[in-house]
Amino acid sequence: MAYWIASSPHNHNQAETSALMRLVIYALLPGIFAQWYFFGWGNIIHISLAVTTALLCEFITLSLRSKSNKANIRKQLFDGSAILTAILLGICLPAIAPWWISVIGAAFAILVVKQLYGGLGHNPFNPAMAAYVMLLISFPIQMTSWQPTLSLINIDLDFANTFSTVFSGFTLDGYSVEQLRTSIDGFTMATPLDTLKTNLGLGFTVFETMQNNIFSSSLPLSLGFSLGWEWVNIAFLAGGLVLIAKKAIAWQTPISFLLSLFVCSFVAYTISPDSSASTLFHWLTGGCMLGAFFILTDPVTGATSVKGRLIIGALAGLLVYLIRTFGGYPDGVAFAVLLCNMAAPLVDQYTRPRTYGHNIDSAEASILKEKPNKQGEVE
Amino acid sequence: MSINDENITSGSLELNAESDNNLTETAEEKSLAKQTLKAEYKELAIQGLWKNNPGLVQLLGLCPLLAVTATVTNALGLGLATLLVLVCSNATVSAVRHWVPKEIRIPIFVLIIAAFVTCVQLLMNAYTYGIYQSLGIFLPLIVTNCAIIGRAEAYASKNPIKQATFDGLMMGIGFALVLVVLGAIREILGQGTLFDGANLLLGDWASVLRIEVYQLDSQFLLAILPPGAFIAMGFIIALKNAIDANMKQRQPKIEKQTIERVRVNFDS
Repeated sequence: MAYWIASSPHNHNQAETSALMRLVIYALLPGIFAQWYFFGWGNIIHISLAVTTALLCEFITLSLRSKSNKANIRKQLFDGSAILTAILLGICLPAIAPWWISVIGAAFAILVVKQLYGGLGHNPFNPAMAAYVMLLISFPIQMTSWQPTLSLINIDLDFANTFSTVFSGFTLDGYSVEQLRTSIDGFTMATPLDTLKTNLGLGFTVFETMQNNIFSSSLPLSLGFSLGWEWVNIAFLAGGLVLIAKKAIAWQTPISFLLSLFVCSFVAYTISPDSSASTLFHWLTGGCMLGAFFILTDPVTGATSVKGRLIIGALAGLLVYLIRTFGGYPDGVAFAVLLCNMAAPLVDQYTRPRTYGHNIDSAEASILKEKPNKQGEVE
Repeated sequence: MSINDENITSGSLELNAESDNNLTETAEEKSLAKQTLKAEYKELAIQGLWKNNPGLVQLLGLCPLLAVTATVTNALGLGLATLLVLVCSNATVSAVRHWVPKEIRIPIFVLIIAAFVTCVQLLMNAYTYGIYQSLGIFLPLIVTNCAIIGRAEAYASKNPIKQATFDGLMMGIGFALVLVVLGAIREILGQGTLFDGANLLLGDWASVLRIEVYQLDSQFLLAILPPGAFIAMGFIIALKNAIDANMKQRQPKIEKQTIERVRVNFDS
């Protein structure tokens, strides 16, 4: 009688890609809901457009790659990775951007950034962020046309109006995107980060800027940092914490990212409080929480070792702060993510964890050296 | 035995034929030399335009290739300038190849190339001032284009003038074609036009060449900026490799004739 002996991991946790992706998508829902509440239907329209385009592009490339295996195509198409990429892209896009922005972005993310490099698990860059940066560089006007929160707009931006704005550039009553962004007193209202940057350039202090409507704490539901955005970021933070609790993502990257951003903004705030915003402002505006919990933690493009994740997170925090403060673009999360993606393989190279029982140096030399020593000790 | 006999007789016949043809040998040799020369030129053309294209295969001179190809006009301007310099430098290098000491050949090649680049630069300054301005620093930088010094070193310094000139022409045309294709892709994607500003290069009549492929509300800036050049270049190289692989697949496979031997197994 022969016994079948298996080696050690006896209990497998049957985690599939699709299950993980589904969990991440569920964790994104509170953030999407907050976006819907404050900015209207635009992002949901863009998400659905991007998902459709991404699935179409994924199907085309997969069927080009594996012509014979139909079941394989179906499995890879619905493993959720393309859908997740498209959802992340749709969240980042301005709510009233024209429809072709999300179509071009999703097609670029899937065709060029993901599939040309070999598909899931082979892409060096985060597809959603690479597509976002491509769009931001190519179409700066459309990509920076964020409208203020619904409570500040004079025009009622319901589903039909948003739909018509996304597809034709005008609401049903004929208001243009520019008019949607203009407040009662004729000023264009930009995002909080944008406004802060412009005002600091004009010589105002941060405190004076914070009196502006878009930061105002007089309106209901405002915490006084950046109306609307703070709740979107808090919702993404909640989703991210769920992911950490479920062990879907590692805690090191987001924690080190947020700490690094805290240190940078705190140092700057102590040195010159008039020209630098508070840490909470940095944490709760732009794509900070989305980047920290959903994008930097991408298992494919991020670092893999514990130390590496800490380094990448800290680097990303520093870059976000530098780009936001000194860069030409108001928000720097996407650029920071791409730069960190580039650095990740090198960081991994230098932070290789020690294998149990071996020295950190190259294995062959250490094994040869150690053996006689240990014997000597025993004797 | 009979087979051997046949061989001998046929051999003697051939010998007889050769001695008969002794008189016409010189003419045949001439035609043979002509044929080999023709084959050489054909090979040079294929190498320069496709198999060993400086832009697509050698990947030489990428800096101007990527920097100035935002429009077809700019690409064509730089392509023609490079072509002219390449032909002249190849001819000159080949002409002086016997008198150039091996040890200092590179500085001499660079001097020759720099002289021609200066000529081209002055000519373009005089006759196509618009293009001269939009090419900017990349026109004098043709001196440092590795494709030119590469051809001088690898081919022109070892071959007669005619072949070297032809090689320069073919390599230059290959390079210019890549520039124009890249320029066309980037111009169509970026601005939706073709031959925009061709009058700067070709004179006033050429403004009719401008084609509006489609109307864009906002330019696709990525295609005009350097990253677009890298991405488009990657796609062109991929396309070339795909065509090569396709042609290789289509070629009928020549099956090697293997000599089969019968093995006799005495045990069975």
